[in-house]
Amino acid sequence: MKNIEFRTATSAQGGLVVMGGVPGVAAGSRVQLRDHAGRIRSGLVIRSADDAVLVEVFEGTDELDLERTWVRFLDEPFKLPVSRDILGRVFNGAGLPRDGRPPVISADRRDVNGEPLNPAARAYPREFIQTGISAIDGMNSLTRGQKLPIFSGGGLPHNRVAAQIVRQAKLLGEEAAEFVVVFAAFGASHADARFFQESFEESGVLNKVVMFLNLADEPVIERLLTPRAALTAAEYLAFDLDYHVLVVMTDMTAYAEALREVAVLRGDVPARKGYPGYLYSDLAELYERAGRIKNRRGSITMIPVLSMPSDDITHPIPDLTGYITEGQIVLGRELANQGVYPPVTVLPSLSRLMKDGVGKNFTREDHPHVASQLFASYAKALEVRGLAAIIGAEELSDADRRTLAFADAFERRFIGQGEDEDRSIHETLNLAWELLSMLPPESLIRVSEEELAKYHKGAA
Amino acid sequence: MGKILEINGPLVKLELPQTVLGEQVRVGHMGLVGEVIGRDGDTALAQLYEDTAGLRPGEIAEGLGWPLSVELGPGLLGAIFDGVQRPLQAVWEQSGDRIARGVAVPSLPRDKAWHFVPDSALHAGSVLAGGTVLGTVQETESILHRILTPPLIQGELLELAPEGDYTIEEVIGRVKLADGRIEKLHLFHRWPVRTPRPFRQRDHAVAPLITGQRILDTFYPLLKGGKAAIPGPFGAGKTMLQQQIARWCNAEIVIYVGCGERGNELTDVLEFMPELKDPHTGRPLMERTLLVANTSNMPVVAREASIYVGITLAEYFRDQGYDVVMVADSTSRWAEALREVAGRLGQMPVEEGYPAYLGSRLAAFYERAGRVETFAGDHGSVTLIGAVSPPGGDFSEPVTSHTKEIIQTFWALSKELADARHYPAVDWLESFSGYVKSAAKWWSQEVDPNWESARAEALDLLAASEELQRIVNLVGVEALSSEQRWTLEAAGLIKEGLLLQAATDEVDSFASPEKQFALLAALLEIYRQGMKLVKLGAPARRLIQIPILAQARRWKSQHTSEDIAALKAKIAMIPDAFEPLLQEYASTAAPSTLREAAP
Repeated sequence: MKNIEFRTATSAQGGLVVMGGVPGVAAGSRVQLRDHAGRIRSGLVIRSADDAVLVEVFEGTDELDLERTWVRFLDEPFKLPVSRDILGRVFNGAGLPRDGRPPVISADRRDVNGEPLNPAARAYPREFIQTGISAIDGMNSLTRGQKLPIFSGGGLPHNRVAAQIVRQAKLLGEEAAEFVVVFAAFGASHADARFFQESFEESGVLNKVVMFLNLADEPVIERLLTPRAALTAAEYLAFDLDYHVLVVMTDMTAYAEALREVAVLRGDVPARKGYPGYLYSDLAELYERAGRIKNRRGSITMIPVLSMPSDDITHPIPDLTGYITEGQIVLGRELANQGVYPPVTVLPSLSRLMKDGVGKNFTREDHPHVASQLFASYAKALEVRGLAAIIGAEELSDADRRTLAFADAFERRFIGQGEDEDRSIHETLNLAWELLSMLPPESLIRVSEEELAKYHKGAA
Repeated sequence: MGKILEINGPLVKLELPQTVLGEQVRVGHMGLVGEVIGRDGDTALAQLYEDTAGLRPGEIAEGLGWPLSVELGPGLLGAIFDGVQRPLQAVWEQSGDRIARGVAVPSLPRDKAWHFVPDSALHAGSVLAGGTVLGTVQETESILHRILTPPLIQGELLELAPEGDYTIEEVIGRVKLADGRIEKLHLFHRWPVRTPRPFRQRDHAVAPLITGQRILDTFYPLLKGGKAAIPGPFGAGKTMLQQQIARWCNAEIVIYVGCGERGNELTDVLEFMPELKDPHTGRPLMERTLLVANTSNMPVVAREASIYVGITLAEYFRDQGYDVVMVADSTSRWAEALREVAGRLGQMPVEEGYPAYLGSRLAAFYERAGRVETFAGDHGSVTLIGAVSPPGGDFSEPVTSHTKEIIQTFWALSKELADARHYPAVDWLESFSGYVKSAAKWWSQEVDPNWESARAEALDLLAASEELQRIVNLVGVEALSSEQRWTLEAAGLIKEGLLLQAATDEVDSFASPEKQFALLAALLEIYRQGMKLVKLGAPARRLIQIPILAQARRWKSQHTSEDIAALKAKIAMIPDAFEPLLQEYASTAAPSTLREAAP
């Protein structure tokens, strides 16, 4: 069937082509279209019956002429050739090179859709990854095999934060050499793509990065393929070559919008805000490819970046993401406006796997309690700040004023840090105690009395 | 034998006459399994439990003749199944890290022999009815597996195997049915998951399910055989709370259904459960636990089925006379699976794209909970706890609002509490329980006659403080009277000293009913002592400096549930803490006006 060209297109509209009279086409198989000008487009079978086959065309159906379109069914799903040579390369969403170098030749070609990992085969993420960013390491720690997204908004420095994590991320005391990055950008601007490329170049990690780029002006349907190709590469690097892979994907909002666009064309019933009902399952298919596997050395740690439309965390994209990922790092406009970098809004941020990756044997025994105390004290301090805004700071009690001073110092010194500042976890925890020492010891009930005696600098 | 006509996502149109709705089908050269959900003339519409990529029109299809059923017998406990009861551990050994399509592994191990002890009261000629206990298998050290006659079998026992080791496929008995047919009995039988298992009659639920979580047991109790929902936005600690319940509750069997949830979470359960001891028997928790896992990246149709597989397993243990808790995480993902299939069928969506039958399906599912008298004359119960994941934390969305009408106990999780790391983030104002009266009977008999009034007093205090907090937010704490300030302080004490409970703290993670009540009584005693002083004219700002307020906040993690005596000793000391102030104000209360008047 691969070698036969059919010229039986009966209709074409908005990226979809219906082919008549092609019996026995496999669902999900790849398609090649040749148009009247001889240009080759690629597509995917999304519905198959003997009398009509529905094909989704990645490059769109513009300028397609039904009578002069030749279609070949390649009889296999989208596959990505993988080999060690993909490191240091730049590909487009469909896995073709865009760095001007020849394509990767390999007999090992993998279905980009992957197969679901058996839950019984998973190993639980436990190893602490130090990102050098206090707000993350101290309060929302990342562990190897975790998927921890960055929730951001337009104009916030999520790309810089992501790049800083890529530059600084390391395990405590080991194997930096086995660490590689898979970077996927979809719907990204040329400027964003260049920013990352330069950032990787400067830090000298470029030969340890595989990039998959689908830029904002490139076909929408290919955007759906980009993260799948990237994750296929990541799985190969992690579970065949034993690398620890950090996957950065940006921007998930662009991905979800592409999904919606295609769903509307297909005529799927919309659920919330016009997104298809399967948005959750579709996102899960991507996110759940992160993790560790028993008896395998490599791992996939994932940092998806998404911009929340109108900074709304209840929007379907961040909302469904939050239900699948193991926490979220939320960037906030208020902190950013005050010049705090990285503007991590710690209260809605969370790392679900932190509890098993920090403390004794991992970081330091007081870490879980300190984190909990910072959250509680800062939450309390924000209440006081709200009050001060109403009744005026003069009316506050001494205790409240001390709390306010803590909040300010916490934001400026703990959350805030330099873009090149790489703090060790010990530095982060010591800084936390220095700030907590601004508060009276009896107000710190989340830390134990022994920890207070050992670390609290006795503000009184 | 039929063939495939069309493939559209998980839906496949088949040319397959004479199939029954609900019947299992096997499709294509890979042998993918699914179920018939529609018929039209000679064509049948089936939804497949596995990804359909690669299927072609024209490939073969066959009806299997039975509906989606589960195997019920020894070998269930400690296992992890997928949404259609494939044993994931065995699948892993057979097909590797990733779940290959069309893999067929029997649900229960076929080669393992179990030591069967027949019921001594049974002999040839005994009259058997569905649900009669044929004998027992000691499946794990803590759980005795009672071998049941399949529910619809009725007749005369012809023979029953003697004590000995049998695999589940060996015949252990024969029964002559009323119509003269002879039916063979095995250690296991099958049951269709979408049909509730029958029982003799429904019973009243009487005993509370003790979870060891203070906000749940003391404030919003759930009964064994009851229905509860845990709604909460992401990050509110839903999973953690469910794991705490699965870990500590005093049910005999716990069934955890991970429906469309995270893979790593199930791994967490799988890895940490075997290390944990059942607080009630001292045996590894895994011996009483059973997992059904259909993670979010596994096919959506099997996700829809997983809830029914879970509840059928729960009913089976109930029929053996056990108290079973089933945790379904999350019913929202189940509803979304329903929506996805409904959408592909082109059914008219009503709210947020959900089909019109969402409410009735949910209600029918929750109705499978309950305490019953079994056919064998025992009492068993299924307690159903469903997590709900409302989009954006909006409780007015269809799944939450339908669920709210069905269940009796509502543990509402709050994003604000979770953001302040107040766990469990159960909102004390939004939550409710319809079981308080029944639970009160148990608590007053087993723990303390004052339970109901103490609970009410604490809740009043919390509600009052919420009002006061609003005033404080507007005009500051200085605007409050001493009495109001003390109320606020005491409510804070209840929140931090009682409601806040650290799952990761060894001592605090579980609190026995006795400890829960002792703590509650202690904190209320502090409140009353302080109030007495306020009434005598002591200013609240002096009261809140009494060290016992900070100390009392730590009591929960200083005393284990076995150490109630020491806790009670501290309660006895509470008046002492207030004594100095009391001395001061009791002696000056009356003449103070005089003294102030005379400078």
